[in-house]
Amino acid sequence: MSETVSHTQHRTWRRPPTIERPWLRYSLLAFTLIYLYFAVGSYDVNWSRVAEGMERGWKFVKAFANPDFVTRKTDLIEGMTESIIMTVTSTVVGILISIPIALGAASNLAPLPVYLFCRTIIAASRALHEIIVAILMVAIFGFGPLAGFITLSFATIGFLAKLLAEDIEAMDKTQAEAVKSTGASWAQWVNYAVQPQVMPRLIGLSVYRLDINFRESAILGLVGAGGIGATLNTAFDRYEFDTAAAIIITIIVIVMILEYSSSIIRGWVQ
Amino acid sequence: MLEITELSKRYKTGDDALSKVSLAVPDGQVLGLIGPSGAGKSTLIRCINRLVEPTFGSINLNGAQLRKMGSGKLRKARRRIGMIFQEYALVERLTVMENVLSGRLGYVGFWASTFRKFPQKDIDEAFRLLERVGLDHMVNKRADELSGGQRQRVGIARALIQNPELLLVDEPTASLDPKTSRQIMRLICELCEERNLSAIINIHDVALAKLFVQRIVGLQAGQVVFDGSPESLDSGVLTQIYGEEDWEATAKDKTESKDDMDESEASNV
Repeated sequence: MSETVSHTQHRTWRRPPTIERPWLRYSLLAFTLIYLYFAVGSYDVNWSRVAEGMERGWKFVKAFANPDFVTRKTDLIEGMTESIIMTVTSTVVGILISIPIALGAASNLAPLPVYLFCRTIIAASRALHEIIVAILMVAIFGFGPLAGFITLSFATIGFLAKLLAEDIEAMDKTQAEAVKSTGASWAQWVNYAVQPQVMPRLIGLSVYRLDINFRESAILGLVGAGGIGATLNTAFDRYEFDTAAAIIITIIVIVMILEYSSSIIRGWVQ
Repeated sequence: MLEITELSKRYKTGDDALSKVSLAVPDGQVLGLIGPSGAGKSTLIRCINRLVEPTFGSINLNGAQLRKMGSGKLRKARRRIGMIFQEYALVERLTVMENVLSGRLGYVGFWASTFRKFPQKDIDEAFRLLERVGLDHMVNKRADELSGGQRQRVGIARALIQNPELLLVDEPTASLDPKTSRQIMRLICELCEERNLSAIINIHDVALAKLFVQRIVGLQAGQVVFDGSPESLDSGVLTQIYGEEDWEATAKDKTESKDDMDESEASNV
């Protein structure tokens, strides 16, 4: 035994470097560091402004300790009601429109022209951020929740149709074959073979989208598309941080309720 | 009577899954289709109801030319062909009853099926069939709650409620234990006899096939290489279909046949 040990020499081992050429490795590292140094340096920090701002920021944080729900109670309730109405209507309408689009955007269901058409709608919806769509809708329909409702419906289509179409494409083929072999029509086939398979995903996504739409509805007010965001914006403009805190806390509570109930619903539909 | 003439299928990849398969199945005959994996067994039965489109040839079921049909006529023709699947292919999130009634989809309208308003005689027939396969106490269970054997019984009921003239059966016992496999095969064959129904059964288990079917067809690389009675299926034929193997050896007489094994190819060991 000892003989064999004496025969083998001690050899060291190191993991080979990701970039093999040393000069490339070190110059990349140096470049990154130099770039970061100058990039950070390009930010113009005005320290006296920061000192002033810190005070304002602290006021804002303190406001959370005693949020004011009372002074602007009617505005708060109105804004919140508007946001909730926007959320629910846009989610329902968005889902109703996105289901047929999802069917068309699933390559195993739809012929190529339909597939391309539906994918284009999805791509258009996903390419534009809600805020940009909202600005456009405000320009067309004027200030108010209608613009927000249309914006969120449009955004829901891109989100839901894409993810639902992917779930349809991933469904079990033999179950679909079995229903087709009975002589079922296309609509019956979708109803009996496709729908049961994707239903849990559809419900999960819908509840999740309701959650997203509520959070988005709070932002859309900033560009004039109605909802609690408009109230929040006004509160900030007037430096009423205690009212702003009340609004934000309300948003957080509602999002948490939605989050909690959506996890219950998703567990329940499995 | 099912008549298949020179049926060929070439996949987009260029593989010839079937080349010029001709086969006639008289009414009431249960035919076992055997062959190695990839021989085209599944393709053949899927070509009959056109879940897979054949590239060439004709299929004639009791006078109807299945291959030439447009989609509307094809749906009507599919109603007359029941299919039973490997791994059952039940819609897992639907109840047993919904799965069985889905066999009637070709006969009821869209709204009736969407709201599960099937005609009373369909529901009666569904209950009768579930009773026949021994599952009348599980009507409202979801399909994914059942065991393998129970699922396949639901699959059989779904095929039979179509009141078919032909049964296509794809590896019905592939994921079942030996006892359940025999019970399922027996059930299928009994039901075929009761209804004078012809059936094509894809099956891997040669011993099981010999036990139950009246005729065996061997496929190899998309071509029929054997067509005869189960009795005439001997080692020579099996070698022709599947390739070289010691067909006589079983676990019990392994020691006795050791001499034979030494003579045969070394790769078998």
